Amino acid sequence: MTYVTYHDIFCTCSCVRKNKADEEGNSKEMAKLIELRGISKSYDGEKVIDNMDLYIRDKEFITLLGPSGCGKTTTLRIIGGFESADEGELYFDGAEISNVPAYKRQVNTVFQKYALFPHLNVYENIAFPLRIQKVKENEIRERVTEMLKMVALSGFENKSVSTLSGGQQQRVAIARALVSHPRVLLLDEPLGALDLKLRKDMQNELKSIQQAIGITFIYVTHDQEEALSMSDTIVVMADGEIQQIGTPTDIYNEPKNAFVADFIGESNIIDGVMLADKKVKFARHTFECVDGGYAKGEAVDVVIRPEDVDVVPKERGMLTGRVTAVTFKGVHYEIIVDIDGFKWMIQSTDYVAPEEDIGVYIEPDAIHIMKKSKYSGKFGDYSSFSDEIDQLSDADAAEEF
Amino acid sequence: MTKKRSLMRSIAAAPHVFWAVLFIVLPLLIVAYYAFTDADGAFSFENILSLADYADIFLLSLELSVIATLVCFVIGYPLAYIIARSKPRTQKLFIMLLMLPMWTNLLIRTYSIMAILDDGGFLNQLLNTELHIIGTKGAVIFGMVYDFLPYMVLPIYTCISKIDKHMWEAASDLGCTPVRVITKVIFPLSLSGVISGITMVFVPSISTFYISQKLGGGTFELIGDTIERQFVTGALNTGAAISFVMMILIMISLTVMNRFGDSDEGGIIV
Repeated sequence: MTYVTYHDIFCTCSCVRKNKADEEGNSKEMAKLIELRGISKSYDGEKVIDNMDLYIRDKEFITLLGPSGCGKTTTLRIIGGFESADEGELYFDGAEISNVPAYKRQVNTVFQKYALFPHLNVYENIAFPLRIQKVKENEIRERVTEMLKMVALSGFENKSVSTLSGGQQQRVAIARALVSHPRVLLLDEPLGALDLKLRKDMQNELKSIQQAIGITFIYVTHDQEEALSMSDTIVVMADGEIQQIGTPTDIYNEPKNAFVADFIGESNIIDGVMLADKKVKFARHTFECVDGGYAKGEAVDVVIRPEDVDVVPKERGMLTGRVTAVTFKGVHYEIIVDIDGFKWMIQSTDYVAPEEDIGVYIEPDAIHIMKKSKYSGKFGDYSSFSDEIDQLSDADAAEEF
Repeated sequence: MTKKRSLMRSIAAAPHVFWAVLFIVLPLLIVAYYAFTDADGAFSFENILSLADYADIFLLSLELSVIATLVCFVIGYPLAYIIARSKPRTQKLFIMLLMLPMWTNLLIRTYSIMAILDDGGFLNQLLNTELHIIGTKGAVIFGMVYDFLPYMVLPIYTCISKIDKHMWEAASDLGCTPVRVITKVIFPLSLSGVISGITMVFVPSISTFYISQKLGGGTFELIGDTIERQFVTGALNTGAAISFVMMILIMISLTVMNRFGDSDEGGIIV
């Protein structure tokens, strides 16, 4: 069957992904469990998913990552069977399931607000799917007890779900979704309502549960840190399209375009011109870099991560600029430097004073070159930098759906 | 400071307390007084003991009101469910249509039903038949259902529309067919609305007198008619005794029902 995915054309990383799997030679790992082909979905004439192709391998922890309204939740709901796509097909284990209703799919969901049944206690909530399947009473007891143990809620059997804390409700929701042994677990921003500390704990716990039971997790979040720390594969989405698919390291170190670079971590994104392979000019200075394969004189986006920029005395700098703001972040200082009118963000453990003139030094392998895209010029400049604005937009993202 | 606050609260509550005492507590005390006294005002159990004579009437009232409540539930639950699951604009329209008859006086509505169902009424003229409807149990039950259906639909509708929409998805996700989504999750979650609806239909049904008088065509006497007759004919003590015992019976049955509803909202009485 000839079938070319969006990311085959658009993102070389997907080839990397395939090759890696080939090299491992692990056919079980490679098996495509879920496949989306040409999926499109509109609401009120507005396209939320645009001709999307994606496959999900058996037993992997895959994260759909993107800002509010990028289509990630809709994608999840299509896989879960709560929405149907306007166009395209959905395959599960080789069979088309586009029109199979949710209750017949071997896919269970952990909902954003848990959706526990308030009329049932903890035990009965978890037993619910087994009772629907008419499993024998003693087997139900065995499996529910095992689940409660796994999510560390033994002894909570008879509690009413409304008396549980957010974290405990979360665990009940996970246990309820896993007790019927689904092939895939869908998680829709499940940690969104928890506080930071609990969130970190649950991240680790989810990851270890996934590894322990060995099924596919499809996780939706707008939190890039969450995605980086938990996933085997990250799918970065924006405007209903997949921007990049890859491992967390791929995505972070080799973002495909300005959107991905900006969304995953902090980035300085500067207009540059390729002079030759491994030679790029930006900020009126020519740098050695490690990327090649571009046409001579091609305009490109240059990404430099704030932690990869070294602060040096003015005389020794490759570029020089004036510090406009310094914020103490605990582990490091966040320094905004004005270099020829472009505001750079630099993270450094050394303190520099505002209004000080400094030099910066950039190693060749700290420079990442990207092709120009429709997102060029929209991201990666810190001239309007403000912590508060950043947080506000995060809160917005959490409101999605 | 708390003292000041509680004083403010007392002042704010005063009109309501006054109202409740004047129009609820006081009348109840008067009913109780008449129920336990004879015509001369002396204490007596006579009235209560004489109620055994009315057992047949009471049972008939119970039969008709239970049937009417059941019919209301069977029609009302699906209707409430459909309304609650439709688009917000459709919901508003449905609710308005449901409320519309309630803007007309209950008596006028009952007279209208009479005009339609009568032996020479609209229905018989239209169908060119000689159906005898008025004066049957069916007519009385029909009147009860027609008059009280909105009281069944509204609390159930309110209850279902408050259920988190993810409940449907979660149930279906965990293997419920569309029918089971309702029987296993949605119905149990709307039970408090059902209890309220049953209460609000059953209580006026069992104590109605004009529906049975008009649509029963004088062939039925329900407990409401009996009470009315006692007061009209001046037998205040017997009338009060029947009312009093009715009230106690209704309260007991509602308490039992609310046990099933076991929820912090929706239970209207007790």
